[in-house]
This record gives sequence, structure tokens and C-alpha cells, in this order.
Amino acid sequence: MAPLIQSTQPWVEKYRPRQVKDVAHQDEVIRVLTNTLETTSCPHMLFYGPPGTGKTTTALAICHQLFGPELYKSRVLELNASDDRGINVVRTKIKDFAAVAVGTRGRQGGYPCPPYKIIILDEADSMTEDAQNALRRTMETYSKVTRFIFICNYISRIIEPLASRCAKFRFKPLSDDIMTNRILHICTEEGLNLDPEALATLSSISQGDLRRAITYLQSAARLFGSTISDKELISVSGVIPQAVVQALFAACKSGDFDLANKEVNNVIAEGYPVSQMFLQLMEVIVEANDITDEQKARICSKLGEADKCLIDGADEYLQLLDVASNTMRALCNMPQEFSYT
Amino acid sequence: MLWVDKYRPKTLDKMIVHDDIAQHLKKLVTEQDCPHLLFYGPSGSGKKTLIMAVLRQMYGASAEKVKIENKTWKVDAGSRTLDLELTTLSSTNHVEINPSEAGFQDRYVVQEIIKEMAKNRPIDAKGKKGYKVLVLNEVDKLSREAQHSLRRTMEKYSASCRLILCCNSSSKVTEAVRSRCLNVRINAPTEEQIVKVLEFIGKKENLQLPPGFAARIAVQSNRSLRRAVLLFETCRVQQYPFTSIQAIPPMDWEQYVSEIASDIMQEQSPKRLFMVRGKLYELLINCIPPEIILKRLLSELLKKLDAELKHEVCHWAAYYEHRMRLGQKAIFHIEAFVAKFMSIYKAFLIATFG
Repeated sequence: MAPLIQSTQPWVEKYRPRQVKDVAHQDEVIRVLTNTLETTSCPHMLFYGPPGTGKTTTALAICHQLFGPELYKSRVLELNASDDRGINVVRTKIKDFAAVAVGTRGRQGGYPCPPYKIIILDEADSMTEDAQNALRRTMETYSKVTRFIFICNYISRIIEPLASRCAKFRFKPLSDDIMTNRILHICTEEGLNLDPEALATLSSISQGDLRRAITYLQSAARLFGSTISDKELISVSGVIPQAVVQALFAACKSGDFDLANKEVNNVIAEGYPVSQMFLQLMEVIVEANDITDEQKARICSKLGEADKCLIDGADEYLQLLDVASNTMRALCNMPQEFSYT
Repeated sequence: MLWVDKYRPKTLDKMIVHDDIAQHLKKLVTEQDCPHLLFYGPSGSGKKTLIMAVLRQMYGASAEKVKIENKTWKVDAGSRTLDLELTTLSSTNHVEINPSEAGFQDRYVVQEIIKEMAKNRPIDAKGKKGYKVLVLNEVDKLSREAQHSLRRTMEKYSASCRLILCCNSSSKVTEAVRSRCLNVRINAPTEEQIVKVLEFIGKKENLQLPPGFAARIAVQSNRSLRRAVLLFETCRVQQYPFTSIQAIPPMDWEQYVSEIASDIMQEQSPKRLFMVRGKLYELLINCIPPEIILKRLLSELLKKLDAELKHEVCHWAAYYEHRMRLGQKAIFHIEAFVAKFMSIYKAFLIATFG
């Protein structure tokens, strides 16, 4: 049934802002870009910031506003991490696209249509260093007819020569009230009922990432219907209820190994993802007032090690137990070194 | 027929455990188009049962007529062609595979099969769903590359094929894949729920259950429903009518591991280590996964230790298990753990008793 499938367009796509001025919370970026739209002069750009803050949206919006739907296909090349972007692609596809000259026909149908093309490289920090190096010369050679927009999460992963060729824009994490506004807007559009408590939960579990918030909202709406409570949001998001984290923390504080072991067993049996547990445990520990800095440092360094082990594929139960035992030793001021090893 | 299969609920309505999740899933499947699904939870919690029931809800009884096939795919991998062999379980509307069987070539499996399924899209104009379902088991054992190529395939072929992923721990599934699916956490059933199921089976089989008997099985089962039902059936075979003091037999290998544990506690010497090695090999030959052996060994040892030693021992267990993942031969690492334990324990004994 084809029509059904179309109805499930992800809300993230459905509610993506179409115009630069609609992008929320990134005032400096918007000001510069609106200026660009008026003068049609555009530098190479580098957008960086945490996920879900509107980087891709902004890039797409400015291209659409510059070229309009007709010219968009021929003027914009969009590549993201799921496309192959090895050095070969840079040498052939990007270079070929960049080399094509474009006519200067001026304004068309209300769009400025400046005489250059735009290449958007999404998730540019996952490009290999070789590929980035291969881009350097390309950028300069074809700078008359091509502009590049790099989008990345970590600016440190972009090699310096590339970064210095671009105007950099930092995207800030969204503040709570802006996120709330946006979510409420979607709720009214989709006819959802969200009580204030659920709204607060949603913005706290998504941590400034609007895309994640919208995805959670859609999953919850799909699974539970139009009235959504905070509990249902938590169950969809995979976040562990605070009570569970607190129980483990309390068990560690008590100094009773068997109690901690029981809590760990419980966490595993309930099927909570352990990497998420580490994250939330870390938050609890960093925010706790009654722990000394040294204790915090001891616990956090172990959390880091255990997280690495998890990535290597180590067993969740053993790692969590190790973390719990280490936390307990730190909290109860037991010596860090083992006495019998 | 084993009771585990006999009393596996066939439809979403008949779920005893996780009935709330089942109802939500039912609504999801019947009312609207279903997104990709990711089920995660510990083993024996009912993931597969739910998946089968969802399939039945989608396609009716035809989802149960499955055939097992050993298929070979010719895969074009850059410069050469590979032959991949894989067991598939398929009905007219769904295919179930275990992609991690293919080892490091799992990436090609994921891409090829989905592509093939997308080509043979069922054409049916009479309101029947025009997509197939691919069930992938043990996604957490897939390599990173396979998971990355999975996310692209998921988007590309989403019109013609739905994925149902199933895994034990969602931390080993990349964020990119997780965010494209509707995540469903299946927790292990609580002991009360297990008791309820056991009583249900008892009633169907016309068995007399002495009070507290089901509860004892539930405790023994470690919150795994499958284990509980298996244990229940074992008890039935061993002795019926049940008595309230009837011993519930532990699994053979668990008994064996606890023997190893007491061996280690008794004597710490190279000779004993050599003997333990033989026993460990025995377990490994019988296909008990090494991490399970290590975990069980740890829990047996923890029962017998002083509190101050527990921290140390559990740290080393985690350490050697991690090394085991990185390494090739499991026996080295389990044995290293045993040796480490012996040295710690001996040092402890000397320090305490002189």
C-alpha cells in the first residue's frame, strides 16, 4: 500500500525549517547569512556544533533560498557520510562538479541565483585526512565557480588548512525554552497532548538536541497514541529512569558489595543499555555535593576505561560490576591499589 | 514438543508477560505503517516470541509456515567474488537471518539480502502490505562496517522492506542505527510473572503444583523465562507428583563450574591450575561460551569470598573478559584469570593466617 508509506515521513524532515530566518537560536549565523542572501556574495563556510542544532538545516535552507527549486539540482552537490567519500571521490566526483562553469543569468523567479555552485559536505569530520588534503587545492582552483560548506561536529577533526580557508560558524546547543516552543508547535500541528511535565522531561533527555527530541516524540506518538506522559517518553528514548541510577549509586555508597551486585544484576535483567548507565551515573556523580573532587576523579577515570572496554565488545555485566565496585571503593575511601596483587 | 515451544504465545493478544508492550505493538502494526523496529533485552525475556507474534499480526497465519534453507550468495566484493553460505528461515513474507554467522563478511550479507528482497517485492493490490520483513538476529555482534552499511540500506530500501532487529545489548548497536528504529526494550520477566506463566502451564497440563514450588523454580531461573519453563519440564520428567521439597536440578555445566570454583579455593598451585585447565577445556569443547563460563565462575567465587577480596576479583574478571574479546583463544584468558585469582587468594591467606 503505497499511500500509507508516504504518510510516515519522519517529522524531523517534515518540520525542518525551509528558510534561514526560521532557524532557531543561532542569531549570529542568521545575521551573516541573511546578509549573504542580499549581497549574494558567499565565502566558503564551516558549520560546527553539537548534533541537532540546525547545521544541515541552515546549509540546505540557504541553498534553496539562493537557487530556488529549479536550479537547485544542478547547482548544489550534497554529500554525507553514508556516501562514499574516499580520496577517489574527492578526486573525481567533487572535482568534476566543481570544475563545471555556470552562466551568470542573474535573478530568476525571485531567487538571486549567484554565478557559483555549492558543495555541501555533511559530517565532514568523518572524512579521511587524505581526502581532506586532496580538497585543499580543489577549493582554491575553482573558487570562482564553487563554494564549499563543511558541516561537522568536531572542528578539531578538520585539518587546519581547510579550516583556515573557511568562515567558521559555531552552532550553540538549543536552550530549553526555544526547544519547548518548537516541540509545542509540532504538538499542535500533529494534535498531540503533552503535559508540562512530559515537556520538561523531553527537553532534559534530549540535551539540546532538537532532532533527538523530535524523534523521541514521534516514536512515542507512534507507540502510545496522542496522549504522551513523561514515563512513556523515557521508555522510548532508552534513557534509564533516575530512580534506577539512584538505587545503584546508593548501593555503592552503602559499601555493601553484595547489595551493589544485586543492583547490577537488576540493571542487566531490566535490559537497560550499560553505556547509557555510565553516562547517567557520571552525571549523578559529577553533580553530587557530598563527594570530594578526588573521589569524583577516581570514579570518572574508571568510567572512561569501562566505556572503552564496552566499545571493544566486553561483557556489560562485568564492566558495570567493575565500575560499581570501583565507585564503592572511592566513595568509602578504600585504597585505590589492591592489597594482594 | 517441548513446553517452551508448545506454550509460546502465538499472537499478541495471548501474551502473559509484556502484555502492555504487545498491545502497543498491535496498535502500531494494525493502525499505521510500521517503522523499523529494534528489540533489545536479556536472553529469555521474550524478544523472539514478540517478533513472531508481530509477524503473525502483519501477515496472518502464513507467517508461521517457515522453511529453512541453506542459501549461497555470490557477492561482488570489489576485485573478487565471494561465496557466502548462510542459513535462512523464511516464509512468503519474511526472511530471518543471523548475519553474524558470516563472520567478518557480514557487511555483504546485509547488503545483498536486503537488495534481493527489495527486488522481489510482493505485488498485491488488494490492500495487502506491499513490503517484506527482514528479521536480523544478534545485531550487536555485527561488525562496525556492517552496521554502517546497514544504516544506508535501511533508508534506501525502506519502502520495500522493513527491518526488525533483535539484540541483547543496545550499547553495541551504533547510535545511527538505533535512531532510525523504534526502540523497544524488553525487560526480563519478574519472578512473579514467571510464577504466573508456570501456573498457567501447570493448569493446561493438569499438574498439581505444591505451594512455593513455582516460586523456587523462578528463583533458580535467574529471571529467564525460557530457563524456567525448561526447568519446570525437567522436574516433571524426573518426578511427578511434585513434592514441595523436590530438588530442582541445576544445569550440568553450572554444577561443573561450581566444582571448578571449589577446586580453586581448595588449593592454589601450578598443579591445580593444570587440572583446572582440563576442566575448562571440557566446558569449552561442549560449546559453553567462554564469557558465560567466566561470569559464572566469578559469581561462584564471589559467594565464597570476603568482602575486601570481592572488589579485586571482580576487577580482574572484567579485565580478563575484555582481553578475551580482543584476543583469539579464550582459554588463555580464562586460565589467566584463574591464575590471577590463585595468586590473590594465596597472598590473602598468607597475610591473614601467616
